[in-house]
Amino acid sequence: MSSVPANLKGSPAVASRRVMLPWGRWGLRLTAFLYLGFMVALPLATIIRNGFADGFTAFWADITNPTAFSALKLTLMTSVLITVINAVMGTLTAYVLVRFHFPAKGLFNALIDMPFAIPTLVTGVMLVALYGPQRAVGGWLNAHDIKVIFATPGIVLALLVITYPFVIRAVQPVLMEIEKGQEEAAYTIGASKWTTFRKVVLPTITPALLTGGLLCFARALGEFGSVVVVAGNIPGVTLTAPVYVFGQIESQNQRGASAMSILLLALSFTLILTVEWMQNRNGKSNVSS
Amino acid sequence: MTGLAESKNGTGREATSNVREPSGYRGKLFEWLLIAIAVAYAAGLLLAPLVAIIVGAFGEGLRAAVKEISSTDAISSLKLTLVMAVGATAVNTVFGVCIAWVLVRDNFWGRRILNGLVDMPFAVSPVIAGFMLILLFGRGGWLTPITDALGVKVVFALPGILLATIFISLPFVIREVAPVLAQVSADQEDAARTIGANRLLTFWHVTLPAIRWGLLYGVSLTFARAVGEIGAVLVVSGGVSRLTETSTLYIFRSLDDRNYVGANAMAVFLAALSFGILMVIEYFKRRTEQTQTT
Repeated sequence: MSSVPANLKGSPAVASRRVMLPWGRWGLRLTAFLYLGFMVALPLATIIRNGFADGFTAFWADITNPTAFSALKLTLMTSVLITVINAVMGTLTAYVLVRFHFPAKGLFNALIDMPFAIPTLVTGVMLVALYGPQRAVGGWLNAHDIKVIFATPGIVLALLVITYPFVIRAVQPVLMEIEKGQEEAAYTIGASKWTTFRKVVLPTITPALLTGGLLCFARALGEFGSVVVVAGNIPGVTLTAPVYVFGQIESQNQRGASAMSILLLALSFTLILTVEWMQNRNGKSNVSS
Repeated sequence: MTGLAESKNGTGREATSNVREPSGYRGKLFEWLLIAIAVAYAAGLLLAPLVAIIVGAFGEGLRAAVKEISSTDAISSLKLTLVMAVGATAVNTVFGVCIAWVLVRDNFWGRRILNGLVDMPFAVSPVIAGFMLILLFGRGGWLTPITDALGVKVVFALPGILLATIFISLPFVIREVAPVLAQVSADQEDAARTIGANRLLTFWHVTLPAIRWGLLYGVSLTFARAVGEIGAVLVVSGGVSRLTETSTLYIFRSLDDRNYVGANAMAVFLAALSFGILMVIEYFKRRTEQTQTT
């Protein structure tokens, strides 16, 4: 990889060239700024401009109207719920993958990334195919008065599927680094399995667990493709915030759509920044230790 | 934990045999219980819906599904999806490598701002991403005068879909290439240049081979994301013309029209395609990790 091709070696004419061409460096900087400025910063600026077009009072009214507010509440509650479930199940799955051996473990490990590859809309269609009222499982549940599709459980299921990998993939590498010796030492002094997990494993994986959890939460806040199919989108009942934004765009209420967008953006950007800050801090503490 | 003696990934772990670990029959049982929970959860959450959709697509016979997937609308939507995904991936690969290089190798006052901007598309709901493009290029948008002067229609047209796809898949290449690039020592690049290689040659012969697995990993993630996008594309395409209908939009419309066989058939097709991409992703990921550990 480090070898330089032979045809570069005998060219003394350019040997004296400065190692860093200033125009090349500035060109790349400019490219990066222009590209991200045009693709990311400008769209963000226009949406903020639009949301506050009629002042803060109008913005506040747009956010607090009953439909918008209940959509926001539903999104926040389902996101919190799936984050908690993911934290528990993700940690368990990561632990099983790192510590135990069982048949087809490699296949299982590869399957975990499936939600990253499968389109979220397809995830929604899949859930309808399984839990829809006319389907086998859905019919049975319906007969027992449990409604999944076009109800809140459907939203929770969809969010669980699409955020499945985050906690596992965050916790797995950290678990791998914990030396088994530490856990063994805890056993030798007579600690139970649970105590060992709580006192040895959990403190070590906490930062990774928080990172994975926050990523789950941020992702769930903005999810559209899977939710729009399974939720039924009844205003005030199963209408989530992103689907609400979609509805406002469709009905030409741009200011209302912008207001909710700004709120969601602010929330998830704060989360992403928190994740970054935590990762930086962990990186530093790893270096110093 | 339990069953250490049986663990296969440790070599020379005989030292653990004198550890009083809570193993034995109950420990083994507990281990298998945890495995069963993890596997059952994954199977119920991920595999069961997959099986259900395959059954749903072929429920009315293979012929009905094939007929749906080979209809003119379905084929043209697949073509459009492919063109958009390839286009967005190409753009994001070129600019992604540039930006990753700037973030890793360069140091100047605006670097942190750039770094923050890169993550934004992950923090933005796809619907909002599409909405931003409508605000920018729609009636009264900041950039509408420019596109009008050029005679280009962006919103409710193909350029809008392409821009939306680029936006939502923007961070992948940068985020996968940057850490790999950080591990390639700048000394190697400097060495190549001191002996006379110009920038482009250095990049081509020194930097690119070193980052290739990370780059391919990022590219495959970008492509997978681009193929599967719905929210952003749904908003900018307007869903009016079938000329601007991607495969995911086709599914969306089929659901609205209660054409469930068509929706399921296309969904199965996209799922199969995603599985193919997933295999590629896993392969590149493993190679990337190997590069990083050596």
